[in-house]
Amino acid sequence: MRQSIIHWFRFASPQSFYPLAGRLIPWFWAAAALFAIAGLWISFFVAPTDAQQGEGYRIIFVHVPASWMSMFIYMVMAFWAGLGLALNTRVSAMMAQALAPTGALMAALSLWTGALWGKPMWGAWWVWDARLTSELILLFLFLGFMALQAAIDDPRRADKAGAILALVGVVNIPIIYFSVKWWNTLHQGSTINLNKAPSMAQTMLWGMLLMALAFWMYSIAIALVRVRAIILERERHTEWVKHAVE
Amino acid sequence: MQWNSVGEFFAMGGYAFYVWGSFGACALLMIAEPFLAKRRLSEIRKSLIRERIADELEKQQQTP
Amino acid sequence: MSAFLATVKRDLLLALRRKSEVLTAVFFFVIVTSLFPLGIGPEAVLLKKIAPGILWVAALLATLLGLPRLFATDHVDGTLEQMALSPSPLGLLVAGKILAHWLLCGLPLVLLAPILGLQFDLDASALGILTLALLLGTPLLSLIGSIGAALTLGVRGGGVLLALLVLPLYIPALIFGAGAVEAHIAGLDASGHLSLLAAMLALAVFFAPWATTAALRIALE
Repeated sequence: MRQSIIHWFRFASPQSFYPLAGRLIPWFWAAAALFAIAGLWISFFVAPTDAQQGEGYRIIFVHVPASWMSMFIYMVMAFWAGLGLALNTRVSAMMAQALAPTGALMAALSLWTGALWGKPMWGAWWVWDARLTSELILLFLFLGFMALQAAIDDPRRADKAGAILALVGVVNIPIIYFSVKWWNTLHQGSTINLNKAPSMAQTMLWGMLLMALAFWMYSIAIALVRVRAIILERERHTEWVKHAVE
Repeated sequence: MQWNSVGEFFAMGGYAFYVWGSFGACALLMIAEPFLAKRRLSEIRKSLIRERIADELEKQQQTP
Repeated sequence: MSAFLATVKRDLLLALRRKSEVLTAVFFFVIVTSLFPLGIGPEAVLLKKIAPGILWVAALLATLLGLPRLFATDHVDGTLEQMALSPSPLGLLVAGKILAHWLLCGLPLVLLAPILGLQFDLDASALGILTLALLLGTPLLSLIGSIGAALTLGVRGGGVLLALLVLPLYIPALIFGAGAVEAHIAGLDASGHLSLLAAMLALAVFFAPWATTAALRIALE
């Protein structure tokens, strides 16, 4: 037990995490590609045409994974940031910083694909639905986190300030979600009910799951690439970095 | 398989703009982001290598 | 407790010496709410419908105006560092500063809101609900805002950044605050909105000064 704890803490130092990340990255890219190929195959060639929405429903295969990932990445980012704040481990704060742009990208993709889905299905690019509105606010939270970290010059202070903001965001996300949901039911009770999705065929579920896994692997790979760059940028004056690059 | 021709596949039952707009945006951004991240990594690497070469040259000039 | 009251008194005294800063937020609130009817038109039914939203959004922005100065002047002249080193807990002093900010930037809005509400043809009971909602909501805004103010202390472009960080967190207050008045106008019971607003305020009273203190300690390191 003790041995394994020491073993894991070894990777909490940038020096040992940098090569580890380098070794892992190709595997995650490969996994992302494989899942994406399988997921795209199912989403375009196996999943049947939907009775109500025709071929337009196929947007679900990127929309839902992007929305899931954006929320999941925020949680993971807040976890790493909080860990960095509590244990003062440098790599976890860098991980949080590396995840934020990808999380913002996922939130943006979710909004974009949501708009493109909404237009043919409900006749509007944007509806003030609870989920859409929460996604928009999530994008703002990601952008705020990135802007705060970018505005502070001292990286240690940027890490800690970002961590507090991320944790405040985590406390607020459920409050924001439920308040928006309540606001929504009060204001447009009967216009569009997004919960009444067409009954999902088994193959559709599989396609969505595979695409979500592809997005997941992609996010890990890109975060590891970015965290490697951040490690080198921040540790550039240390001795080990000089030997790490050939 | 529900497609009878390539044209039918790309037409997406009349939803071509919406479906390909969604998948296209995802593909575009998820190719651009790794490209940008890798460029950031290679740039910091290049600058570190330059730094090291400069250090070595400096040492060589001092020794003789 | 005496340290808490001393901080409140000190901040109020300092603000009274520079009245223009306090008055800016109040004037902003008055002018913005008066501009909306000019932009939308004098139709009473429409104005009555949008009044709660306008008054609340104007209140959000008005409290935002005073936030950058919440800690900045004390940070510049070193008072904040002295506070961090003083024997009384920093959290208590921070809570005092937040209370002072609310008394200066929040309370005037609460008192002015019923008068401004008349511009929008709100009746007496709706004005009462509006005032009550603002009374519960504006301290919440000051508390949440103080976290943002502490995080952006001494940071480049702090003012704009503060707005970006804090406004998304203000959304629940806006929804329930404006919702209470809207529900009342629509003939529904507003007590649900108001009690949720009070619950969020109770939560923020406990956690916000704590988070603000943590953020201030980081800024002072």
